[in-house]
Amino acid sequence: MAVKTVIEAIREGMDEEMARDESVFLIGEDVGNRGGVFLATDGLYKKYGALRVIDSPLAESCIVGVAIGAAVNGMRPIAEIQFADFIAPAMNQIIEEAARFCYRTAGDFNLPMVIRAPWGGGVHGALYHSQSIEATFGHIPGLKVVVPGTPADAKGLLKAAVRDPDPVLYLEHKRTYRLVKGDVPTGDHVVPIGKADVKREGKDLTLIAYGLMLTYCLEAAETLAAEGVSAEVLDLRTIKPIDQAAIVATAKKTGKVLVVHEDNRFAGIAAEVMAIIMENAFDTLDAPVMRLTGPDVPAMPFNQVLEEAFMPNVDKILAKARELAAY
Amino acid sequence: MALKTTEVEAKGGPSRHRSLGLSDEQALKIYEVMRLARAVDERMWLINRQGRAPFVISCQGQEGAQVGTAATLRPGYDWVAPYYRDAGVVLWFGMTARDQMLSFFARREDPNSGGRQMPGHFGSRKLHIVTGGSPVATQLLHAAGVALASKQRKEDAVTAVYFGEGSTSQGDTHEAMNFAAIHKLAVVFVCENNGYAISVPQSSQMAIANVADRAAGYGFPGVVVDGNDVLACYEVARRAVERARRGEGPTLIEVKTYRFTAHSSDDDDKRYRKAEEVAIWRQKDPILRYAGYLRDAGTLTDQREADITDRVTVQVDEATEYAEQAPDPTPDDLTTFVYKQELPS
Repeated sequence: MAVKTVIEAIREGMDEEMARDESVFLIGEDVGNRGGVFLATDGLYKKYGALRVIDSPLAESCIVGVAIGAAVNGMRPIAEIQFADFIAPAMNQIIEEAARFCYRTAGDFNLPMVIRAPWGGGVHGALYHSQSIEATFGHIPGLKVVVPGTPADAKGLLKAAVRDPDPVLYLEHKRTYRLVKGDVPTGDHVVPIGKADVKREGKDLTLIAYGLMLTYCLEAAETLAAEGVSAEVLDLRTIKPIDQAAIVATAKKTGKVLVVHEDNRFAGIAAEVMAIIMENAFDTLDAPVMRLTGPDVPAMPFNQVLEEAFMPNVDKILAKARELAAY
Repeated sequence: MALKTTEVEAKGGPSRHRSLGLSDEQALKIYEVMRLARAVDERMWLINRQGRAPFVISCQGQEGAQVGTAATLRPGYDWVAPYYRDAGVVLWFGMTARDQMLSFFARREDPNSGGRQMPGHFGSRKLHIVTGGSPVATQLLHAAGVALASKQRKEDAVTAVYFGEGSTSQGDTHEAMNFAAIHKLAVVFVCENNGYAISVPQSSQMAIANVADRAAGYGFPGVVVDGNDVLACYEVARRAVERARRGEGPTLIEVKTYRFTAHSSDDDDKRYRKAEEVAIWRQKDPILRYAGYLRDAGTLTDQREADITDRVTVQVDEATEYAEQAPDPTPDDLTTFVYKQELPS
């Protein structure tokens, strides 16, 4: 075990996978000599050279389309979209192509490729450096979507994504990069895609979250404990395929569930989690399932007052959790 | 490196194919694949018009451009990323009339897609034919990626990618040509310019006469060739393939050609082009033209023509009969292969 930040864990995961398998390579804007704008790929260009750490032209469709072709021809690309907000030009390649290759060939083709994208707010990133995209892409069959919130999960899910035979959208929350530190197991630490994780056991209510909101929920759970409320915290870790069994199990256990995300509210991941609970654990509920989410505005404003108004935080989570506990 | 667009003129002479290094046998094989592509296509229209299959999209008129260029590649080693008209390309790469008919009837056994995609959406990992969808120009980037992988592994495989002139308006075309040029990838871009993107004529698609002129903007050669002259197509493609295989980078080949049919069985081309125009182009039919050449060269005899016709007819008949009777997918097939590794339910 060693304590690492999320960004260190991601870098280490890529480094180890590149060392293990020569078919793994990186492509994205500024991933080469610069080491990425967040330094996620720092040192890898020097170590693996220009054929395996490729500075792409400033064109997202190119990054993903080229990665698809390389995956067709035996490689395992890790494509980086510099900010999740800039993924839109690549959506045709991701949705109409990558997500459909296996289905449209009845399994003849598959694409072992990872698309990494820093997402999320709370970094003064304004409209175009703060977005959440997990619900948009979680809706697309053929894609897998992972959202690690801790260094150990960041590394373990990165490795799982690289080894997966299908396209994986790997979302790394920018605010967690250096904020969240934690133990990362040494050795070949792989976290299976599709498995949620109970990050804190509790019996009175459950907070379900992922990404940065996981950290906030764990903090809120501490405060709730001091107030005599035992909160369980379930980290989804994977959006698609979602861990239905873990969601149902915690709902049945505590009977009270609050889902937290910073993505827009309408048709967000919380809506899906709530539907899963209603379909499978309705009889065991002691309160309506609640959600705390970002609002339905196009994106997060630059101004700090407005940014804070947009983002869920520990205080907002506590207020909603207290309401749920008192129900 | 010549960056100026070169107009390749058809050169006469009875031993043109031999001077290109093609044996009589190879020259005849090219002819036979063109004939097969045409025959399968014509049968599909017949069946469609009889109401036995819902959709057909055609290669007719473009067989020379397709087979002439594809014949310069090594099937199974090199790669192709075709577009929906490229029956001639995929037949050269090892697909069969039966495979095409199974796709046409959307049967479970269709090797392209298991009956999931419309006809013309080719794909076979084994044959090195990159699967295509319906959005246009996406495959140019896939071709660049396939070629990047070849370069990364230090293999000299060449990737040819095919598209219409309408596709050149898409951003992916620009991004792919730019990327392939930067990395000197072994890509041959083949634009089958048939003058129309469904109904939109080239003059509404671009302000230039030759798509190939754009190659200079990326830093690689662009070549215009008569797409109805199969040997001219072969000649320029061979040069492009050799250049790519030597690691010198991509070439853009623009084959000027024409489609004889409407865009698809759901289109009415009388709404946007005159019958006289189609008739003029039918006089330039690449199959008739090549047959005339091969006869003049003494390569195609009456007996050989008859043998080819027999073989083509037998293949089309057998393929049609087999595919029409082949089973449909079952409703259970709807949910398979969303992922290579099926998810737990």
